[in-house]
Amino acid sequence: MKSHINVRNVVVALVALGLLLLPLYSAVTGNIFILTLFTRIVIFALAAASLNLIMGYGGMMSFGHAAYLGIGGYAVGILAYEGIGSGFIQWPVALAASALYALVIGALSLRTRGVYFIMITLAFAQMAYYIASGLSRYGGDDGLTIYKRSTFGGLIDLSNRVQFYYLCLFCLFGGVYLIWRIINSRFGMVVRGVRSNEQRMQAIGFHANRYRLVCFVISGTICGLAGALLANNTDFISPAGMYWTRSGELMVMVVFGGMGSLFGPVLGTIVFLLLEEVLSQFTEYWALIMGPLLLLIVLFARGGIMGVLGRFSRG
Amino acid sequence: MLVLVEQSLNGLQFGLLLFLLAAGLTLVFGIMDFVNLAHGSLYMMGAYFAATFVAWTNSFILGILLALGATLLLGIALEFIALRHLYGRDHLDQVLATFGLILFFNDAVRLIWGPAGLSLPLPAWLTVPVQIVPGVFYPAYRLSIIVVALAVAALLYIVVMRTRIGMLIRAGASNREMIGALGINIKLLFTLVFGLGAALAGLAGLMQAPILTVQIGMGENILILAFVIIVIGGIGSIRGAFMAAIFVGMIDTLGRAFLPDLLRMVLSSAAASTAAPALSSMLIYLLMAIVLVVRPEGLFPAAKR
Repeated sequence: MKSHINVRNVVVALVALGLLLLPLYSAVTGNIFILTLFTRIVIFALAAASLNLIMGYGGMMSFGHAAYLGIGGYAVGILAYEGIGSGFIQWPVALAASALYALVIGALSLRTRGVYFIMITLAFAQMAYYIASGLSRYGGDDGLTIYKRSTFGGLIDLSNRVQFYYLCLFCLFGGVYLIWRIINSRFGMVVRGVRSNEQRMQAIGFHANRYRLVCFVISGTICGLAGALLANNTDFISPAGMYWTRSGELMVMVVFGGMGSLFGPVLGTIVFLLLEEVLSQFTEYWALIMGPLLLLIVLFARGGIMGVLGRFSRG
Repeated sequence: MLVLVEQSLNGLQFGLLLFLLAAGLTLVFGIMDFVNLAHGSLYMMGAYFAATFVAWTNSFILGILLALGATLLLGIALEFIALRHLYGRDHLDQVLATFGLILFFNDAVRLIWGPAGLSLPLPAWLTVPVQIVPGVFYPAYRLSIIVVALAVAALLYIVVMRTRIGMLIRAGASNREMIGALGINIKLLFTLVFGLGAALAGLAGLMQAPILTVQIGMGENILILAFVIIVIGGIGSIRGAFMAAIFVGMIDTLGRAFLPDLLRMVLSSAAASTAAPALSSMLIYLLMAIVLVVRPEGLFPAAKR
C-alpha cells in the first residue's frame, strides 16, 4: 500500500491544524489583526477552491469568478438594506442568485472553448460589474454599507470574531469536502473525463456540456457562499469588489497553489494574501514586485506549491 | 437629426479607436496564438508617453510621434524580455503572466507619474469646429481621429494583403512551423508583429488621451471591449475586428445617447433614468450573447487552419 505520509500531506495537515488553532494563538498573544487577516484568507480560499473545481477538474478557465462574490454579497447587502436581517433568508437567496447567474452565463459561455471562454466569462463578469454600478438605490459606484450582519436566530453571533472565523473555516472545510466528494463521484469522473477527451466522452454517450454546466453552476454557488461571507466580513459591498482584477487574483491563487489539487487553492490563497500583506507593509507599490513575481512563477514553477511539494515527496 | 449625425460620428470615431486596439490583439493572437492582457497597458502607456512628450517638446505632432515610437520600443522590449518565453505555453499561463504585467504597469505608472491623472491639451488648430455638411459642425480633433484611424486601417490592409511582410504574416498565421521550415526568421517576425500591435494600441491610447483624462487603469475597460469585439468578429480575423469594432462603437455610443429617451417613451421618467445607464452599458454584452447563441465562431471568422 502506498504510504500517505509524504511532504505534501504533512504540509496540508499542518496548515489545516494551524487554521483550526489560529483563534487560540490570537487569544493568547492578543493579536486580533491576525484573526481578521485570516478570516479574509479563509473566505478567499473558499472562493479559490470553488474556482479550482471548474478550472482544475473541469478544464473551464473562468475569468469571471469575482461576479459570484459580488452577487452573493449584494444578496446579503440588499436584503439587509430592505430590513430582512435573517441569514436563513439572506444566504439561501445569495446561493440561489449565484446559481441562477451561473446557469445563464454558463449556458452561453459553454458554447465556446479555450480563449473564447476566458474572454467571454470576463466580459459577462464585467457586465455584472456595470449592473452593480447602476444600482443607484443601493449606492451605485460608492457601494452599500451593511449595518447589521446576518442573524441566525441566536444560533451563532457573526459579530463575534472567533465565532465568525469558525463559521468561515467550517464553510471552507465543508466546501473542500464537498468538492472532494464531487470529483470522486461518477459525476466528477465524467467531468474530468470530458476535460481529458471530450470527443471520446461524447462517443461513449455522455452529454458533455450538460455535465460541464452543472459543474459550472456548483462552482458558482459555492463562490456565492464565499461572497455572502465576505460581505459579512467587510460590512460593506461595492462594485469594486467584483472588478475583473479580483477574478484575476482568484485565478492567481488557484495557480499559485496548484491547479487540480484539492488543497492547492487553499495554500495558494494563504501564500498570495500573506505575500500581498507583507509586500504592502514594505512599500505602497507592492504590485511592482507581485507582477513580475507572478510572471516568474508562471515561467518556472509549474504546478504551483502543490507541484513543488509533490516533487519533494518523490525525492 | 443633427444630434443623430453627431452621435453617429462619435460612434464611428469610438469604433475606429476600438479597431486599432482590437487589430493588434487579434493579429498577435492569430499569428502567435498568444493572449495578451497587457495590451491594455500598452494603450495606457501610449497615452502617458504622449502627455509627457507633448509637454516636453511643446509640440503636439512631435510629442505624439515620439510617444508612438516609445510604445513601439516598449512593446518590442516586452516581447524580447518576457513574452517570447510564453509562446508555446498554455493560454492560462499567458493570461496569468500578462495579468502580472498589468499589475506591474499600473503600479509603475503610479510610481512615475503619480496617482492623479494627466491631461493632454490640444493645440488650437485642432479645437476649431469643422462644418461637415451645411449646418452641422463637428470638432476637428474627433474628425482627425476618424481620418487617421481610417488611414491606418487602410495601410494595415495594404501591408497585410499586398506586401511581402504581410504575406509572411498571413503565412505565419496559417502555419507557423512551415514558414519556419522554409527559412523565415520566425522569431524576428513575431517580434515585429508584436511591436506593430503595441504601436497600434499606443496610437489608440494617445488619440483617446485628449478626449478623456490619462489615468491608471484606462486600458482595462477598453481591453475588455476589445475582447468583446474579437469574440463578435471572430478570433484572428482583422476584417471581422473592423466590422465588429464599428458595430460596437456605434451601438455603445448611440445606446448611451438615445436609450434614456427611448425608455422614457415606455417607462415612467424615474424608472427610465435608473434603468437607462445600466441597460446602455449592458447593450454590447447582450449583443455578444446573441452572437454567441447564433454564431459561436463569430460573425466573420478567419479561414479555418
